[in-house]
Order: sequence, then C-alpha cells, then structure tokens
Amino acid sequence: MVEILKDRKKQVFQKGAEKEDRSFVCEKPSLAGSVSQRACVFCGSRVVLYPIADALHLVHGPVGCAAYTWDIRGSLSSGPELHRLSFSTDLREEEVIYGGEKKLYAALTELIKAYTPKAAFVYATCIIGLIGDDVQAVCKKVEGEQGIPVIPVHSEGFRGTKKDGYKAACEALFRLVVEGGGQPGLPLSINILGDFNLAGETWLIKEYYRQMGIQVVSCITGDGRVDEIRQSSRAGLNVVQCSGSMTQLAKMMEESYGIPFKRVSYFGIEDTAEALYSVARHFNDPKVMRKTEELVRTEVQRIYPEVQRFRKVLEGKRAAIYVGGSFKAFSLVKALRHLGIGTAIVGSQTGNPEDYEYLKEICDEGTIIVDDTNPLELSRFMMEQEVDLLIGGVKERPIAYKMGVAFCDHNHERKTALAGFEGMLNFCREVYSSLMSPVWQFSPARQKRASLRKVEDDRHERDQRVVLS
Amino acid sequence: MKETKESSYPEISSQNFTATRNACKLCAPLGASVAFRGLEGCIPLIHGSQGCSTYIRRYVISHFKEPIDIASSNFSEQSAIFGGGDNLKTALDNLIRQYRPEAVGIATTCLSETIGDDVGMYINEYRKGKKDEILPAIIHAPTPSYRGTHLEGFHEAIKATVKALAAGGPRGRNLNILPGFLSAEDLRQLKEILSDFGLAYTLLPDYSETLDGESWADYQKLSAGGTPLKAIKDMGRAQATIQFGRSLSGLETAAAFLEEKFKVPAMTLGIPVGIRETDRFLDALRDVTGLALPQKYEKERGRLIDAYIDGHKYVFGKRAVVYGEADFVAALASWLDEIGIVPVLCATGACTGKFKELVRSGLKNCREEPLIGEDTDFASMLETCRNLKVDLIVGHSKGYFLSRKLGVPLVRVGFPIHDRIGGQRILHVGYRGTQQLFDRVVNALIEAGQERSAVGYSYI
Repeated sequence: MVEILKDRKKQVFQKGAEKEDRSFVCEKPSLAGSVSQRACVFCGSRVVLYPIADALHLVHGPVGCAAYTWDIRGSLSSGPELHRLSFSTDLREEEVIYGGEKKLYAALTELIKAYTPKAAFVYATCIIGLIGDDVQAVCKKVEGEQGIPVIPVHSEGFRGTKKDGYKAACEALFRLVVEGGGQPGLPLSINILGDFNLAGETWLIKEYYRQMGIQVVSCITGDGRVDEIRQSSRAGLNVVQCSGSMTQLAKMMEESYGIPFKRVSYFGIEDTAEALYSVARHFNDPKVMRKTEELVRTEVQRIYPEVQRFRKVLEGKRAAIYVGGSFKAFSLVKALRHLGIGTAIVGSQTGNPEDYEYLKEICDEGTIIVDDTNPLELSRFMMEQEVDLLIGGVKERPIAYKMGVAFCDHNHERKTALAGFEGMLNFCREVYSSLMSPVWQFSPARQKRASLRKVEDDRHERDQRVVLS
Repeated sequence: MKETKESSYPEISSQNFTATRNACKLCAPLGASVAFRGLEGCIPLIHGSQGCSTYIRRYVISHFKEPIDIASSNFSEQSAIFGGGDNLKTALDNLIRQYRPEAVGIATTCLSETIGDDVGMYINEYRKGKKDEILPAIIHAPTPSYRGTHLEGFHEAIKATVKALAAGGPRGRNLNILPGFLSAEDLRQLKEILSDFGLAYTLLPDYSETLDGESWADYQKLSAGGTPLKAIKDMGRAQATIQFGRSLSGLETAAAFLEEKFKVPAMTLGIPVGIRETDRFLDALRDVTGLALPQKYEKERGRLIDAYIDGHKYVFGKRAVVYGEADFVAALASWLDEIGIVPVLCATGACTGKFKELVRSGLKNCREEPLIGEDTDFASMLETCRNLKVDLIVGHSKGYFLSRKLGVPLVRVGFPIHDRIGGQRILHVGYRGTQQLFDRVVNALIEAGQERSAVGYSYI
C-alpha cells in the first residue's frame, strides 16, 4: 500500500473526508526523491517562448536540455519553422572550466547570419551562472552587431520551479512588446495569450474571434511572430488562457499600457462559450454581441447532439485528471460533466491556492484533490477511487495503461485539437475510443478489479439475505 | 513520397557551425538511468535539477512505452551554493521509504559536478547516519552531461555497479556479458542464445523486462526483472567477460575493471549485427565453453545466407546514410557492407577520437570512400546529403526529417523510436536480428521503387 510521504500530506485533500478549511499546501518546490512529474525552470520558459516561429532559440549549456526538447511539441506554424530546429551551444568540459562566452558569441553570430531570424532568445541552463558566463553582455553585444533583438532568458533549471520559467519568459516577451509601444490602439482588438497553437488550436480560436468581428493583433505565442508581438500593445484587451504561464505578461501590459485582461479557457462547451462572451461583453458592441450569440448557438447546436450520444454510453464513468496548469483542470471537470463522467481525482503540477479553492467548490464529495503528485500516489488514488479514465500527459499515460485504465492525451504533444467547440467533439471521440476499446477485456488489472467487485457484490448479497431472514 | 511543406529556413552547405544544430546524441544521465533500470530492484536517482529526471523520463517513456520512475534530488538555489548533500540525503530517505528498492543508482549531472559535489562523501555520511538500518546498495556514477554522450553515461553506470558490487572468490563457469545499449528484444535474444548454449551467465544490464513488461494485475512500484544483485556479486568469479562495442577496447570499462581486479579475462567484440560479427560472437562462446553451436543457429544462419542471396540484387550498390551511437553505427555499417550496400555517410554525435577507424575496419567491400564523421549533428548531415546520392537511411526516429526532405525511406533502428510503436521490440542482433533487418531494408527499397513507379507493379 502506498503511503503518502509525511511532507506531502498537506498537498492531498479529499472533499467531504476532511474539514473544508484544512490548509492545503501548494506552490512549493517538489520534495527530493518524490519522483514529481514537474520539470524545471527551463521547461517553463521553453513552453512559452518556443512557438515563436521566426525567432532563433538557442540553448546555452550542455546538450541535454536542447536534445530532449527537440520538436517534441505539436505547436504549429503557418510559415517559418525555426522553432522546430534545436540549437545548443553544447558546452563541453573545457567550456565548463574556462567559460562558454566565446562559444556563445560565435554560435549566436553564425546562426543569426545563416538563419536570419527576426529575434533571438538565449536560454541559460543550470551551470551557466555557475561558470560565470555573462549571457546578458554577450546578447547585448550581438544585438548591437546584428541589429535584431537578442534576448537572454534567465531559465537556469534549479532557480525555482516551472512557474519561475514562465516568469522569465514573460519578461523576455515584454522586451519585444515594449519595442512596439506608443502606437495608436486598434478598435475591437485583442491579443490571444497562452495558447500555443497545438494541433492548430490558435487558428481555431482566431477564427471564432474573426467571425465575431474582433481583430486579433497578436498571438502570444501560438503561430508566433516577432513583429506581431511587437504590435501587441495596440490591442484593447488581453485574453489570457493558461493563466499560470501568461498572467505575468498580462499584468505587465496592464501596468504599462493600461490594457485590461481576462482569464479564459477554451476547453469544453461552457468555457469556450464564456471565453467568447466575455470578450463580447468587454467591448459592449451590439453587433459583436449578436455575432457572438449566433456563433455560439450555431456551434453548440452542431456539436451538442453528438455530445449527448456519447453521454448515453459514457454516463457514470469516473475520471482522474492530472495536468500541468490548474486552469485546464477546471475546464475538464466541467467538460466531463457534459459527458456524465464524474471527476474522482483532480490535480495539477503548478496550481495556486485560489485555483485549489475553486476546485474544491466545483468538485463532488469524495474527490481527491492533489498538488504536484507522483506515480506512486497517482496509482494509489486511481485504484482507491476505481477510476475508468485518466487525463494527462506522457508521464501519466503508462501508469494508466499498466493498470487497465483508459487515457486521454491532453498534453502538448497532441496532434488533435481539443480546444473550442470542435475540440470538445474531438475530446469526446478520444475519450470514447479509449474507454470503449475491446482490448481492456484482456487487462489483468481490470479482470482482477472485476472479480474483486464480484466477490464484494456476492458478499453484500449474502449479508442482505442474512439480515432479511 | 508525400508532399513536403517547404520550410522557409535556408540550408547552408558545408559551413562549420559552432552550435550543435539538431543533436545526434543525448546526455550522460539518460544512459546511466537506463543502465540502472537494468538492475533488479534498482531505482535511478539523478543528482541535480528536477528537469533532468523529468525530461529523461519523458524521453525514455516515449520509446519503451513503459513507466520509468527516476527520482531527483531536486537542486534548489541553496543547493547550488551550499552543495547538494542535504537534498541527496532527503531524496534517499524518501526513495527508500516509498520504493523499498534493493539498490539506488545515483547519476550526477553537469550541475552537481560543476559545483564539485562529493557524492561519495555524502553517501558515506548517509550510511553512517543509518548504521542500524538495512540500506539498499547505493551505487554512484559520475555522469556530467558536458562529458560524452548517453553511451558514456551508460558505461559509467555499469562500471560503477560492478565496482560497487562485484566480489572475488573461487573461479566459476560463469560468463559475464556486457551488451551495451541494445533493445529489450536484443537482450532477450542474447539470453536465448546463451541459454541454448547451456551457459551460466550474468547479463548486465538486463532491462528486457523492467523496460518492456507485461500488463499488470497489481501496481508495481518497481517493475519486476533486471540483473539480480547477487549475480553481479559473482561477476568477479566468472571465467570471462564479453563486452560489445569495439570503441571500448583499451578504455576503463566494467570489463577492464573485472580483469584488473579479479583477473577475469575481458574480450571486446563488435555488436553482433550481421553474419560476420555474429559468427565472431558465437565463435567466442564456443571457445569459452567448448560447446558446439546448437543446430538451431546453424539453421538460422543457413536461412539468412539464403535470404541474402534471394535479395542481393535489390540492394547491390544502394547507398545508405547511417547515424547513431558510435559502436552501433560501426556495426550497422559493417552489416550493410556485407550485403552490398555502400554506407556513404556514417555519422555520430559522439566524440570517440577513433570513429573513422572503427567504421572503416568493418568495411571490406566498399568501392568508394565513405564519409565518416563524428561530433556531428543532423543539420550538418542534411547539408552533406544534398551533395550525395542517397537511397536509404538507417537510424532512429530523429532522422525522419532527413528522410522526408531527401525523399528516401528511413528504416528505423536503435534509440529513440518516437514515431512508431514497438521500438523496444526491434531485433538487431544475432542471425535472427540480422534476418529481420535484412528483410526490412530490402523491402523498404522495393517499396520505394514500387511507389515511385507509374506502373504500379504488384509482382516484384
């Protein structure tokens, strides 16, 4: 039986089983040895910045960080694809001893001349500060010589958690925003923040706004372009998805340019509709509102019958959700309800206290809420809660499969859009196709659970007879 | 071949870039983690930043489609200043409490090595503080990512394991086999061959079950399988060690250590891909054991030769690009050479200093001088290939875009296989592995021709 580590007990909460106001701990570094699913600061920065497709992304450090992240994400571009190449200064022992600045300078200069990017981002990895490399100085020098922004990103892996990586990325992005500041604002215009165009989802969302009569000034950073990001201060509103990673930038833009922001999600019918409506409400334009109502009505009418058909089959199933950002978890809990699927476990890598309070509210009694979990805990909860489906990423998938639990890949590698109304349909189809596959009949874990359940049922029946007789 | 989307970045020919562009290698802690998972009841622990463990887990999971728990000592800013000792000890405590492992394999990182962490000292302190408890074996391998590739990390981990656990004693009939970084299916094939020879052996590492297991009835904290620790202890009493990978000759490997410390004679062979190299391996087994080659393998060899002849005209003179780990590339090149394919470009991201001779020595039939390059990357390979006529690519998934850009088939071998299922089940070694590779290569060439042809022949 898996025992939860003492130092992690406060990061697990079961609704209804404990006092509502028991303190829930989150936003702390992972416990050493706990096999957390989180990655590092570099991961956070990379996730936010890499989709900028016409920028050069150079990782300064030994080769691993760049090698493990080469083209692993489904972030699509409608044009240049510099972000799908993996550049590293590949530091060796001599650079660790004597410093890597010369190598960085040479690498940057050659790459910029050859690939002619609109900007360059230089990601510092763990040992860079320790070996005394002044990345900022090298970047400044190269910027002066090459005439494009060369922006250092303070993404040393151990400097914090993924969230610190997001922060470093936002600071880097803001440099570009500032370059285009002071231009006149555009009417009925927004920036889309925090969508990374996985499987073309940014294009999907942009199309909704276009139909509403809203102009999208820039997407930060899905299908991202340096020039576009420079224009972003002209927008009237920042629409922020994945608020964990991008709220920082939205706040900076609000402070410097007075641009307000709204937090939205594009997962699930309710949240997608609300995302569109909240933008329409903000601009208070009757034509926009009318078009929004029409769009939402048409789309919902289109997909709802099929969703209901899925619901008939999936009603009563139980799901576990473990994702990176908690905002996605909210949407998933709601989306699953549309399918009649209850959420028995929900957790995230990077949720904050308000997020978890909200989760407590929207979840059913008995749901386990967990922060920064690991394979041992997750598998234990899944067995206790008799979960049929797990929604998560690459590191969660094998846990589900080994234990005969169906899986939905709601992660950054996805090649099928899961956002928007169309995405809701795809989500239903994926959940259905995993849950209803005939292969599970062979799963030893399932067979065992089924036979245990039968023993339970038989015993229960016997006890009932004893009581009645 | 399908329509490819033209990317708008240019290709620059023959320019030496300082940066590595699309690396043809991974880093040391990954190799160490895979090796450690080949020990029974062993959990790997990477001493460094959390990102290393997580990224490596992702990468390995995506190939093996198996869970792999790799712990991290979770360096913080404090650790970088004051040293990672406390974190390491906390990690050990938590790991041991949760997993009850038989062994913990600690791999260091560029971070912990750069700050000069003395992991050996930390382990001693830890042990001292737990004198009354039964602790798992704690093995420590120095594997900074700025030194070598994932293969160096792999070999370091195996060497550290043997150094930590092997003991001397009366000479036995045991044979030590150090296969290197092969697939799970390769390891199963080696075990089958050794069993069929009636040999007592220790195969280290053996992740054929731990990283390619069955579906579970109950949750397994650490999946079953792996080389038993007791067997590793007996390695000092073996009659010989065979290690695969000619680049290891003369290096301080586990085999060299066993020879020096316990007088177990070490033999270095090429990875047994192809008839020539498999013959050498089986001959070595025959020499060591004095036993005859089981008939089963005579027949496999016979069928393989028959297949070579059946297929020789489809492959003769075809030009191949091969990339991957140094010894693996050398093995593949030697095999391609023996069936009449010219390995026109042999590339590795490793830096052995002897790659050229390594590959060249296996090429007996080449009529043209192949391009052999180490410390290279995929972007450079693509640029080089623009000036070469290429018919076939043999390598792992990261070369897919080469295949797509050149319009030439890719036969997937090695690690990682990230765009197909079954990477861990690809068989490369022995007559049977060679047979499968041969069929796949011939058919890839036939298929390419068939698709290209306007006629649409259904009979080749």
